[in-house]
Amino acid sequence: MIRIEPRQTQSRAFTLGVPILSAVIALGFAAIPLLAAGANPITAYAEMFRGVFGSVFAFSEVLTRATPLIFTGLAAALAFRAKLWNIGAEGQLYLGAMAAVAIGSGVLDISGILLLPLIVLMGAAAGAAGMVAPTYLKTRFGADEVVTTLLLNFIILIFVQMMLEGPLKDPMGLGWPQSAPVLDQGMLPPLLDRMRVHSGLILALILAGLAQFMLARSVWGFRLRAVGENAAAARHAGINVNRSLFGVAILSGGLAGLAGVSEVAGLKGYLTADLSPGFGYTGIVVAMLAGLSPVGVVIAALFIASVFVGADSMSRAMGVSSFLADLVVSMSLLCVLVGGFVARYRIVRAGTTRAAS
Amino acid sequence: MMDILNILLSESFWAASLRIATPLIFGVLGALICERAGVLNLGIEGIFVVGAMCGWMAVWLGAGLWGGVLVAALAGGFFGLLHAILTVPLGLSQHVSGLGITLFATSASYYTYRTALPNVSSPPRIEPFQPLDLPVLSDLPFLGSVLFQQTALTWLALLLVVVVWYVLNRTALGVAIKAVGDNPDSVDAQGLSVYGLRIGAIVVGSALMALGGAFLTMSAFDAFFFGMVNGRGWVCIALVIFASWRPGKALLGALLFGAFDALQVRLQTEVGALVPGQVFLMVPYVLSIIALVIAARSADYPRALLTPWFKGQR
Repeated sequence: MIRIEPRQTQSRAFTLGVPILSAVIALGFAAIPLLAAGANPITAYAEMFRGVFGSVFAFSEVLTRATPLIFTGLAAALAFRAKLWNIGAEGQLYLGAMAAVAIGSGVLDISGILLLPLIVLMGAAAGAAGMVAPTYLKTRFGADEVVTTLLLNFIILIFVQMMLEGPLKDPMGLGWPQSAPVLDQGMLPPLLDRMRVHSGLILALILAGLAQFMLARSVWGFRLRAVGENAAAARHAGINVNRSLFGVAILSGGLAGLAGVSEVAGLKGYLTADLSPGFGYTGIVVAMLAGLSPVGVVIAALFIASVFVGADSMSRAMGVSSFLADLVVSMSLLCVLVGGFVARYRIVRAGTTRAAS
Repeated sequence: MMDILNILLSESFWAASLRIATPLIFGVLGALICERAGVLNLGIEGIFVVGAMCGWMAVWLGAGLWGGVLVAALAGGFFGLLHAILTVPLGLSQHVSGLGITLFATSASYYTYRTALPNVSSPPRIEPFQPLDLPVLSDLPFLGSVLFQQTALTWLALLLVVVVWYVLNRTALGVAIKAVGDNPDSVDAQGLSVYGLRIGAIVVGSALMALGGAFLTMSAFDAFFFGMVNGRGWVCIALVIFASWRPGKALLGALLFGAFDALQVRLQTEVGALVPGQVFLMVPYVLSIIALVIAARSADYPRALLTPWFKGQR
């Protein structure tokens, strides 16, 4: 007879080791689909490694790809800490991106220096609004935010397509459904010459540090964690649970909105309906790999970005479908879930437990 | 107004509503079974994709239409089993596991499709299910053309509503499944296996979800496309709450949804010049949210939904 019981202590090595091991195992599992596609896994891994660390440009591409993932990863991590299931980062990202091009493409007559801060603020505000709505439906009507945020993703994406064929359409765009470009003074400056990595990364890193500090050291962070661990107890202790939820909803949605701002004003320069290849959903994987820790989000985002960039370059070299990257990402989520179980519980044979239990 | 009335009275409108509702009937029934046993299955969106891809590919490889249906159900059951292992004996977060299953199932389907057909721009087509044209019955006024324009899979979906209702409400197994979603301790006390019941319910429910996907590639269309599931799984999760976890109301919810969706397509042709087409495309998702908001407060949630249960631990 075997039984599962919680571990008495959780070692630090486990907390750090589980995500790393999960990532490695998920990469290892990728050998199966690689073999199925008739590719030599060793060569494929070597190609992936070269695609990530092969040159300064290759690694700068990883940083570029990691930038939106840090934003969406933080968005998921903060919300999940409060057990607010924001699965809508994808939609909130597009709201932020829409705000960025709406303001940044010269509609408003704003002098040079002010434009960029305004874009960043309004982008964050748009994303936040996208999360406040489902949080209201949750607190007021009890509507499950998982379902509402998921459905809102589809609504917002259709709305983006509508805007791109209507008010936001670039008059010079030769009929393509894309927005007018963001003005030069509204763009996030690039970090390196002739590379795509931009200062959105710096903003993401600063916000990750800030989130880490707030979560660990501030009263706000304490309340947030209390609400997440036991909402009833937090309410009993005099914490205004709904207010905490709205607070974290604003932050989470705002961070996701910034992912959209950073992609539009840092990378692409204009908005199309295929701006995000699922950064919002991948952010959930990033947050889980990070154990919902903001600093961990940065590391996890770098790993996931490496998988995508590496798989892209491997795909070009070997003709294996680049959906391999999505497979690895999803498998690392499932692995880290199981790993979390191994870290928290142990399996014991009945009869060998302590007499006291 | 006359136009709307004309639409509502037309046979083709109701035939279309039932057709649109069919994948949702499968999906809502599947999600309902899982949740009645106490486990939320957010893998549904990905399991739809798996069912759509596997069913279609099996037919394309020569398995025959019903062979494809079987392959889709088995593939859905497999991903359901994965979700069941993670959430039942291991008791992991049902939200995160479900989303993980959706990501995994979707990417596995896409990867398989791309690996099998590396350089095609449009997928090969199969000969899909044809409408069941029953003599005499098909000639009935109104009902004849609404019901007997449907394919065998729609009939299967309607039959499953009855079967699921019967099993849940008239059999000992149904009582046990509902009990395991309300009060697993009581089930354990009677010497029944909580794990077994929950795992079984998730596997069967997931197989039904996959049939919803299979309907898309084998009846509604005749090939597999990226993004073709398009949130139908999430809509089902909302409809289950709307239906208060009852098969009859689930059928009603799916039909209402199908009717609204069919109506918006027809209205689009009527007033398309005045309103951008995308407004109509949003309607199904907006409706789902409204249905959820209306039903949420009064919803009779299975009491142990989302709560893991460990043997020997009270």
